[in-house]
Amino acid sequence: MADATMTARAAAANPRATLQDLLPKIVLAPSFAVILIFVYGFIAFTAVLSFSGSKLLPDFSTWVGLNNYVRLFNHPNWITALQNLAIFSILYIVVCSVIGLALAIFLDQKIRGEGLLRPIYLYPMALSFIVTGVAWKWFLDPGIGLEHVMQSIGWESFSFRWIKDGKMAIYTIVIAAVWQSSGFVMAMFLAGLRGVDNEIIKAAQIDGASTMTIYRRIIIPLMRPVFLSAFVVLAHLAIKSYDLVVAMTDGGPGTATWTPALFMQKFTFGRNEMGMGAASAIIMMMMIFAIIVPYLYSELGGKKK
Amino acid sequence: MLRKLLIGTMLGSALTVGYTASTYAAGGSVEVLHWWTSGGEAAALDVLKKKLESQGITWKDMPVAGGGGEAAMTALRARVTAGDPPTAVQALGFDITDWAKQGVVGDLGDVANKEGWDKVIPTALQNFAKHDGKWIAAPVNVHSTNWVWISKKALDAAGGKVPENWDELIAVLDKMKANGITPLAHGGQAWQDATIFDAVVLSLGTDFYKAAFIDNDPKALGGDKMVEAFDRMAKLKSYVDKDFSGRDWNLASAMVIEGKAGMQMMGDWAKGEFLKAKQKPGTDFVCIRFPGTQGAVTFNSDMFMMFKVGDDKKAGQLTMASDIESPDFQSSFNVVKGSVPARTDVPDTAFDDCGKKGIKDLAEANSSGKLFGSMAHGYAVPAAVKNAMYDVITRHFNGELDSKAAAKALAEAVAAAKG
Repeated sequence: MADATMTARAAAANPRATLQDLLPKIVLAPSFAVILIFVYGFIAFTAVLSFSGSKLLPDFSTWVGLNNYVRLFNHPNWITALQNLAIFSILYIVVCSVIGLALAIFLDQKIRGEGLLRPIYLYPMALSFIVTGVAWKWFLDPGIGLEHVMQSIGWESFSFRWIKDGKMAIYTIVIAAVWQSSGFVMAMFLAGLRGVDNEIIKAAQIDGASTMTIYRRIIIPLMRPVFLSAFVVLAHLAIKSYDLVVAMTDGGPGTATWTPALFMQKFTFGRNEMGMGAASAIIMMMMIFAIIVPYLYSELGGKKK
Repeated sequence: MLRKLLIGTMLGSALTVGYTASTYAAGGSVEVLHWWTSGGEAAALDVLKKKLESQGITWKDMPVAGGGGEAAMTALRARVTAGDPPTAVQALGFDITDWAKQGVVGDLGDVANKEGWDKVIPTALQNFAKHDGKWIAAPVNVHSTNWVWISKKALDAAGGKVPENWDELIAVLDKMKANGITPLAHGGQAWQDATIFDAVVLSLGTDFYKAAFIDNDPKALGGDKMVEAFDRMAKLKSYVDKDFSGRDWNLASAMVIEGKAGMQMMGDWAKGEFLKAKQKPGTDFVCIRFPGTQGAVTFNSDMFMMFKVGDDKKAGQLTMASDIESPDFQSSFNVVKGSVPARTDVPDTAFDDCGKKGIKDLAEANSSGKLFGSMAHGYAVPAAVKNAMYDVITRHFNGELDSKAAAKALAEAVAAAKG
């Protein structure tokens, strides 16, 4: 209220000031409108769809209430997808963080050739998940990949056929995803390590702390914000995991590697179950919100205090 | 997904403006959405394109490759939502019915009645090509799915006798195994598992097939006979190699062609792979109906579904429909494609032995009432039910369920998908 009166007073006094005041709003308006329609508008549209009986095309004449959600949670494929998501995201996040941190610590030892090593570890991130998926699919295929090569160079008993085994296939996807992302996590940690104040470390050294203790008690606890950022980035990648699965197994063997994103795509477009597909999309969005909202709250809300 | 829809919508309306300008100048044009992009298929479609162009109709190609038409159907959603559907769209089975229910399809009555399609196109196909008594799609071909493709060399080594029932099939497979080759070439993808399952269920009786897949009778779906069908699937699985999972069907065909495997159970599109490898039916490979299903046919038919279009495009659409059903096109197209004509009065002279057998079997099954839509290929049940069945079949085939549990799960999955 007070702002408005002040602006009005300023406008009356000086048209130039009015323009200066409005310009940022005018410049931002198109992107704001685009985001409003294409992101939030369509989230709302999907939410509405999830309560409708839409099959082939959006259909707003039949309403089924929560029925799509009930059918969703009674569907064995959705349960498989949720279990896979749990296995995949926990392993993916934990293993990526551990490997990323370890690589960053090793690279941070002021070693020679860091400039060469860093891009080598980072390079997988430059590939799309589709490329990673196809490469790993071939590499892990027992008929042409690792197993075949090992057996043909003489290790006859070598066997590694997880990708063909319904119980183990989801772990091959973890392997490929970790390969792709751990370099990126390393870069995040490396930046964090470079930001640690040398004075603290020197003080600890003077107090007689061993290198192990310094890392364990001082440096790694200081990495807390990096852990948090890495967690948020990796968690939403895990929930969205679609392209990697499509390229590597396309949900197989059987339905063993279905993920929620794959479920959404297959139900909406392959099975003409748009209502159920929309319901699964809404559940996925709620899962992402469950991660992002506390993060934003702690990041933005925390600083104000 | 929704973003795509809106972009499609905007793109679609932008295109409309372009069309109206160009179509009047060209006189007549058809825009065709299809997924026939691989070598042999594209060559087959070219026959139709040339024929239309000779009649002064411009062909606007809109190929959307991949996923057995799934990608094409996604593109179609955008166009229809934008109110600007293509003239003709390649479509399968219940997808056609689903679109017809949306009230967006055209009417081919003018051509169909004049040319007497009712008499020459098998009734089982008419169930899909007609909706509410109106012709809405022009069937291009009939593929049948209950075929077995056997390497002649492997068969000779296994006694040389073509198996005629289940026990003989198992005997041949056992001998092939003893001879040191993979008896059954198979690709572990849900639709391929389901293709074999089609034939296995059909081999347990045409009434059983109809009760389970066409009528979705819960007693048939979850009954003892279905347990037996799943047992047969498990038995067949014991003859595939270790690396079957995820393999494409044409690679499985290649295994038979190269002599690494004994046989493949696949629809007649597999024949194209054998012919491309310069193999001859009868001398290099043998085509038989799945043992125990001779006389019955499970079909899968490619159709061009016609959409409601403006009057300026109507003439082109009807000409295209008429061309598709002309006997000479049916013959020349299907010789190239490997399928058989969608009308029963086309002479079989241009076809090879397997094609001739296919034409004869189709006519016979049609007149005896043993021509059924293939479950695996969307001609027995709608997409939602079909995929629910796929899930169970493929989980069982991959050892996640035993036969009893699979039959129970099948009945439950179908009930859930219908709900």
